[in-house]
Amino acid sequence: MGKLSRSPWLLHYDASSCNGCDIEVLDCLTPRYDVERFGVINTGDPFQADILLITGGVNSQTADVVRQLYSQMPEPKVVLAVGICACTGGVFKECYNIRGGIDTVIPVDIYVPGCAARPEAIIDGVVQAVKLLDEKREKIRAPKGGNGQPGGTYGSEK
Amino acid sequence: MAKRSIVPFGPQHPVLPEPVHLDLVLEDETVVGAIPSIGFIHRGLEKLVEKRDFKQYVYIAERVCGICSCGHGMGYCESVEHVMGVEVPRRASYLRTIWMEMSRVHSHLLWLGLLADAMGFESLFMESWRLREKILDMFDATTGGRVIFSVNCIGGVLKDMDSSMLSAIARTVDDMEANMAPLLKTFLKDYTVQSRLKGLGVLTREQAILQGAVGPMLRASGEEYDVRMLGYAAYGDLNVEPVTAKAGDAYARCEVRLKEILQSFRLIREAIDKIPEGPISVPVKGNPSGEYFMRIEQPRGEAIYYVKGNGTKNLDRFRLRTPTTSNIPPMVELMKGCQLADVPLIILTIDPCISCTER
Repeated sequence: MGKLSRSPWLLHYDASSCNGCDIEVLDCLTPRYDVERFGVINTGDPFQADILLITGGVNSQTADVVRQLYSQMPEPKVVLAVGICACTGGVFKECYNIRGGIDTVIPVDIYVPGCAARPEAIIDGVVQAVKLLDEKREKIRAPKGGNGQPGGTYGSEK
Repeated sequence: MAKRSIVPFGPQHPVLPEPVHLDLVLEDETVVGAIPSIGFIHRGLEKLVEKRDFKQYVYIAERVCGICSCGHGMGYCESVEHVMGVEVPRRASYLRTIWMEMSRVHSHLLWLGLLADAMGFESLFMESWRLREKILDMFDATTGGRVIFSVNCIGGVLKDMDSSMLSAIARTVDDMEANMAPLLKTFLKDYTVQSRLKGLGVLTREQAILQGAVGPMLRASGEEYDVRMLGYAAYGDLNVEPVTAKAGDAYARCEVRLKEILQSFRLIREAIDKIPEGPISVPVKGNPSGEYFMRIEQPRGEAIYYVKGNGTKNLDRFRLRTPTTSNIPPMVELMKGCQLADVPLIILTIDPCISCTER
């Protein structure tokens, strides 16, 4: 495991959620579930985040914010859609101001369904995101046209 | 005079999990004005009554907000029941009241945690949320859901609690009350908390009434106003008295919410003692025709529900005025003259629920 996967930093954004999933995401940080013991930290800064965790479907106001947050995050990054609204639009799908799931705006890697998604499901999603983060990192680190073996680290001389 | 500058606050920021945007007008470090702009999570739920029939819409009303979920479902159901002249069984009203008071405990503990987090008091945040888990466990045991648990339906409730479940709730409440003592002591007596909250964002009684503050925000300024005293659901049988404080500052708002948690424990116990036997729902036939205006006391304050039926299965109009909508104007007033570092705390003390406000 690389350094990133030992301590993935999460960026949480509420695209148009009803709060149900948001309080369950926060719940993961508190003593019952306590993901911080695995090094998962909820950060407010997109420039330092590895995993973008979004709750709620996308509307015309938040689409730009979601796109901007995604573009500000450094590679490799993984997008996690939490809750059925973030996956497909859910019960709000027919509302006039809902475009649909997060994948209508940015590519989503992992879907966590549920209304509201339970903390166990969210943690499972994050664990899968960490695996994916490792894979994406290996791809970036592999030298061009190389043998697929990881070579060099970030910021190394050669 | 110092040069004015504008600092944008939000929508994505570390204080609240919800998106709210404020343009803060600053003179050096002092805030001289705040311009709120909302609408980031507007979904258009009121319009959805035209696509869903009035029984299905209960699920949408519950998803207006994940924290006040039970209350919105109850407010909507009671309004439609009044329009249709449905007499809800007493047991169902009591069950609604028990779940509603449990929601209040969960909402206030959540808020206390967020307040502690905004002060940078991390261990107090963890302690509040650890205690809150016990209430969520009871929701899970009684309904199967932790935060959104669709139990309300037109004509009653969907799930019953047997006597062993009711006594389990009573035991949990006793246990939580014992565990509240250290929390009360820290929030009300701790020197650090007092120095951060006392005298911050003072709202006088006159100002609060003039600007239409509701809920704990209004009661913390000394006004005895609690919609539960109207006696909807089973509150008419219970002994409800508004919890008030005098000072009107952030500390008073914190004090009111802490005492409301204790009051809710008492109300839950009282409701469990008095709950009658009987059916939990009545069959509902026909479609609503007519209009009704309903007020209920949500954890954040008074919420107003208006429904208008036209005799078909779809309602003509559903209108919801949420407590945060009324609390935003006083909040903007409170910010004038405060320091930039106090802005997150002042926003939090109104207990904003943006999801309700924008729907």
